[in-house]
Amino acid sequence: MTAFTGTGRLVQLALRRDRIQLPIWLVVIVGVLAALTSSVTGIYDTHQEQLSYATTNVASAVARAFNGAIAGPSLGSIVAAETFVFLSVIVALMSGMTVVRHTRQNEETGRSELIGAGVVGRHAPLTAALIVTVGTNLVLAGGATGVLVASGLPGSGSVAMGLALAGVGISFAAIGAIAAQIPESARGANGLTAAVLGGAFLLRAIGDVTGAPRPDGLAMDSGWVSWLSPIGWAQQIHPYDSPRWWPFGILVGFFLVAVGFAFLLTAHRDVGMGMVPARRGPRTAPRWLLSPIGLAWRLHRGVLLGWTIAIAVLGLAFGTVSDEIDDFAETSDAIAEYFTQMGGTDALLDAYLAYCMGLFGLAVAGYAVQALLRTRTEEASGRLEPVLAAAVSRPRWMLSHLVCVLAGVVVLLLTAGVTVGLTYGLIAADLWGQLLRLTGAALAQLPAVIVLAGLSAALFGLLPRWVTAVSWASFMICLLLEQIGELLELPQAVLNLSPFAHIPNVPVEEVTASPLLVLSTIAIGLTVVGVLLHRRRDLTPA
Amino acid sequence: MTVAISVSKLVKNFGTTRALDQLDLEVATGEVHGFLGPNGAGKSTTIRVLLGLLRKDSGEVSVLGKDPWHDAVALHRRLAYVPGDVNLWPNLSGGEAIDLFGALRGGLDPVRRDELLERFALDPTKKCRTYSKGNRQKVAIVAAFASDVELFILDEPTSGLDPLMEAVFQECVRELKRDGRTVLLSSHILAEVEALCDRVTMIRDGKRVDTGTLAELRHLTRTSVSVETAEPLSGLDELPGVHDLSLVNSHYARFQVDTDALDHTLRHLTRFGIRSLTSTPPTLEELFLRHYDHGNDRVTTGVAQRAGA
Repeated sequence: MTAFTGTGRLVQLALRRDRIQLPIWLVVIVGVLAALTSSVTGIYDTHQEQLSYATTNVASAVARAFNGAIAGPSLGSIVAAETFVFLSVIVALMSGMTVVRHTRQNEETGRSELIGAGVVGRHAPLTAALIVTVGTNLVLAGGATGVLVASGLPGSGSVAMGLALAGVGISFAAIGAIAAQIPESARGANGLTAAVLGGAFLLRAIGDVTGAPRPDGLAMDSGWVSWLSPIGWAQQIHPYDSPRWWPFGILVGFFLVAVGFAFLLTAHRDVGMGMVPARRGPRTAPRWLLSPIGLAWRLHRGVLLGWTIAIAVLGLAFGTVSDEIDDFAETSDAIAEYFTQMGGTDALLDAYLAYCMGLFGLAVAGYAVQALLRTRTEEASGRLEPVLAAAVSRPRWMLSHLVCVLAGVVVLLLTAGVTVGLTYGLIAADLWGQLLRLTGAALAQLPAVIVLAGLSAALFGLLPRWVTAVSWASFMICLLLEQIGELLELPQAVLNLSPFAHIPNVPVEEVTASPLLVLSTIAIGLTVVGVLLHRRRDLTPA
Repeated sequence: MTVAISVSKLVKNFGTTRALDQLDLEVATGEVHGFLGPNGAGKSTTIRVLLGLLRKDSGEVSVLGKDPWHDAVALHRRLAYVPGDVNLWPNLSGGEAIDLFGALRGGLDPVRRDELLERFALDPTKKCRTYSKGNRQKVAIVAAFASDVELFILDEPTSGLDPLMEAVFQECVRELKRDGRTVLLSSHILAEVEALCDRVTMIRDGKRVDTGTLAELRHLTRTSVSVETAEPLSGLDELPGVHDLSLVNSHYARFQVDTDALDHTLRHLTRFGIRSLTSTPPTLEELFLRHYDHGNDRVTTGVAQRAGA
């Protein structure tokens, strides 16, 4: 028996466990790429538009911070700028989490003891996890290439772009493999991977912002800091303008070295143990924890904190960019058209702000669904059973979670309004006026957000085994209707399915009470139905 | 005798599988009642109905005189529950989880809590994610035993404990009994049931197959006898109530005998001049095996998986 015996069987096991999850990741990533590519190729369809996009990118530090430095004035490079950084973050998350799921998560749950007691070599679990993840990334590269070629982009560039995404994926598979050796919990390992990802994103943002423009002013070379980041390496491939293949060497080399290091760490520690011991907790519980609402808050607060920071960073960024919007639109009619279409007004700046608020509304709805599904996690994991076996009624337990979800949603919308209002107010020299106006505009999204939360609550009462899948599907439908529904020219009746279609375009339009009241009533109705159905049904573990 | 738990003709279906089929169960106030059955017999399902976590399809259920589905909250203030599979929040410490369960039930005695932590040698500062199965069970046991309640419902509470902790657990249950509390103890550990329980109920495939005190259950079963005689043995195979007879030689026999046939069997044996005789009363294990031995193929069906262990 070698250290790798049993790898094949473990690969089969991992594929069997992930037979739904990985295809969903792939379909969503490739689908988002297809949707974005079709919208970008629709907007930048003339050479003039493409030249102005490139000029804007070279001129705007903010655009480069989010989209990366443009490699040239071709349609392919614009597609790459609009999609690559965003998608590589998602691919990195998918890859890191897949490796952790098949290594540290097995150790944490004790499954790996059972596996390790069989005819399985010491390095087999990690090897199997890496084979599955690398394979998934290759499939992804194929799918992405297909979508790009189908949109009419050049073949070799599309292959390079697909492989570049996979290159980011395998780099973070290797980072996940190292992260899985360090803490004792899968959560900790995922957090560590995400932190490295955040650092990689930031480093390449600094590199792209501090880059040097080419003499023609239509392309930009990233600064040296980009070379510290796996996402940065993949960006330097420049798939559509003067492509370079040698950065693949760096990506593959990094993968091999990092994986070698992970194997070295595996060989020097015990199964189940981490490099860093788990922290200790208090001997007795604080008073505030000792009630259903205290427990619910404890379970929600960590995720909420993460979301609040993310929303605040985005809000500050969006507010700061508002300064550049007018310049930005001058260079491109298509951009101006896009914002006026999405924001529903010709006053470009307000259209932009309304667009931002709609985006925050959707993001916060994502939080609402995630937070509400905590109820199902509690039930499915069996942790709800002893709580309800104590003197806690089902409605009281569920309302505790609902209150936390509602409070979290309000905090996040306030954060969005205040951060955008603060930065834009300072720029427009109207601090208090804009702060109030934009905070109001953010809070106007609340009724649509809680309709989605209410839907999840009702599904939780009705279909406990399906609530997770159906809730996320509903959210994805709203997201697609809002983001590309109008570009696809769908009929209004279909667009109206999304609760966000009924929110006035604040701050452009006046806030009208009736749609907000109707949405709120629907949300409350759905929630009540959920609470009552949950009261009446069997407790249903996974 | 006052009744703490009374269940009659209880039926619970999961889809098309019938988990509980006309089940009866009676637990008297102040007794420790053993609840036995193979995996998937419906023990945990019964307990979940008793706690109002599952809704019965038909039959009568009363716990401390109340309906567990409608009066769950009022009822749960008066009982404590230890689940068979203890799942805790990974980022809470053991101490926090114990205090939380106690508070949700209506408060626990902090002195008793600390004393139990000491006796069960549980470190309350460790995060729940780092606890082994046995330690997670200790968290639930300490939280339950530190509560001042009338009824304890324990679902295989010791399946992850080592023998030392098992002894501590038995001591604690005896203390509860001394204080007049009622305990329903579902268990696989027959020695534990024999040591603790006043009465037991055995179930199989969602039905009660036997109930009573251990003496009563034994009465219905057979005693193992081996005997050596001076004269050659004869006529044993014709005696009513004698089973599984094996004659090692003409002076030495081993057999099983129904408890009510014991007297005339011994009279018969004395005629041959008894040199040595050992008789062993049936252990609970033998009772258990006798009830369940023939149906192994039947218990590994869907019911087993839906109802849990």
